[in-house]
Amino acid sequence: MSTTEPLERRAAITGIGQSAIGRRLGRSELDLTLDACLDAVADAGLTRDDIDGLATYPGMGTGTPGFAGPTTPEVQDALRLSLDWHDGGGEGPGQMRALIAACLAVGAGLARHVLVYRTVTESTAQGSGSRQGIGGDGGGSGSVPRFSGFLQWTLPFGAVSAVNWLAMVAQRRIHEFGLTRDQLGQIALNARRNAGLNPTAIYREPMDLEAYLSARMISTPLGLFDCDAPSDGSTAFVVSHCDYAPDAPRPACHVNAVGTALRGRPSWDQFDDMTTMAARDAAASMWERTELTPADVDVAQLYDGFSILAMVWIEALGFCGRGEGGPFVEGGSAIALDGVLPLNTAGGQLSGGRLHGFGLIHEACVQLRGEGGDRQVTRPGGRPPEVAAVSNGGGPIAGSLLLTRGAG
Amino acid sequence: MTADGPSIRLLPRLEPDNEFFWTSGADGRLRFLRCQDCRSFIHPPYPRCPFCISADVAVEPVSGRATLVAHTVNVHAWIPGSEPYIIGLVAIEEQEDVRLTTNLVGVDPDDVATGMALEVVFEQNDDVYLPLFRPADGSAS
Ligand SMILES: [Zn+2]
Repeated sequence: MSTTEPLERRAAITGIGQSAIGRRLGRSELDLTLDACLDAVADAGLTRDDIDGLATYPGMGTGTPGFAGPTTPEVQDALRLSLDWHDGGGEGPGQMRALIAACLAVGAGLARHVLVYRTVTESTAQGSGSRQGIGGDGGGSGSVPRFSGFLQWTLPFGAVSAVNWLAMVAQRRIHEFGLTRDQLGQIALNARRNAGLNPTAIYREPMDLEAYLSARMISTPLGLFDCDAPSDGSTAFVVSHCDYAPDAPRPACHVNAVGTALRGRPSWDQFDDMTTMAARDAAASMWERTELTPADVDVAQLYDGFSILAMVWIEALGFCGRGEGGPFVEGGSAIALDGVLPLNTAGGQLSGGRLHGFGLIHEACVQLRGEGGDRQVTRPGGRPPEVAAVSNGGGPIAGSLLLTRGAG
Repeated sequence: MTADGPSIRLLPRLEPDNEFFWTSGADGRLRFLRCQDCRSFIHPPYPRCPFCISADVAVEPVSGRATLVAHTVNVHAWIPGSEPYIIGLVAIEEQEDVRLTTNLVGVDPDDVATGMALEVVFEQNDDVYLPLFRPADGSAS
């Protein structure tokens, strides 16, 4: 690694906040967002007047109803913030791009306390019948919508969902590495076990391997419980300059390194290695920026919008060798709360709810702060976790993050 | 046996840069953009060759033969009325980093194998000829 300290080390997460989380809460995205934001600001020991930066993912005009949440101008105005820096957008290293941008803004001195949020109301949006599907507009002689850009290469063939792409990642891993559905199922079963210890998780009833395997198939080899479910909720953080950390009321979570690389082609179907996709590059670039190693990680919150993504991240981040993720998770003990790599300790997105990456970052902070209650991880010798790895995305976009408790 | 694809084919909007690709099957041939300097095939089509940055690119036919990189049987009816169908990711014989998402036809899911040899067959929908792939030369039924 370079002799210049990575700029992101000047940043720390000093406040965390979350709204109510659930299915079809029926509350507006701004309502939920303000709850989470005010929660995070208070948690950081700050007031609105201290907030001089604001960032979100994915920002204006993006995706289907309930996907994007309120824009930064809406939140700025609703909270009457006076900002030195602001940023909203969807292109970058996964959903955490907003958090990474905030770290860099703080490191560059553009802001001192950045409020970062991500809000989804997909459950309410779909329940109210406003689910639009995949858009498109005219162009042919018929009445069927026509598509441009990347979708033109996939939609004609009924590859309409990320699950179809990730099913092919899983199938390729079965072919190359001998991955089994029993092994993959451990990702889902582990999430469900942990969700049972998390009062705010969406799916908490116990699930066994039999139930996992017998659930209806979505796109082979991925079944219903390999997929997360739309939910409503907002998550917010205050990213501060690290010199504020000693004054913060709660233990700060220092940003040790971020992983932002995308070295392969940015495409679901043209990426060179179908078994890894962009997680490979984000993870590699993160380890290039730190003296820490995978063995130092005490707890991992790895993106599991689909079970196979968490499997890919386990390998990409070096917690086991390439292709060894199946045997690594087999039986579930390695990724359990008392395992060598406690994984998705709040239930992940599979059982905790699709907070779209930010729920995983939130749980990393909860664990480092020792606030996990029944699901709190303790490491051998009874010490609390000190290093957390977080990842967002997978497929053609990916980002990762190393957080540490204490001086970072 | 599965369906050839979803019950409704959502179609590409034909534009100056992609029209050649989507109408190529009218004469039964699959075509890609090819760099006239370094001879690389380029997909999706771009104004310059991404390998050597030459602007001298032209449409050329390929053999239509490909190998299977990965596949999935889509079961969930995203498009109402759809029966299960096979989505395949194929690499063309001429250049392994040129891939197409497609449907595998004329093959039972149980007989689909990663790496199997395939050949193109076109399905016309309106003014679009969708390149689908079947096992090459009767290598499967
Ligand atoms: Zn060239």
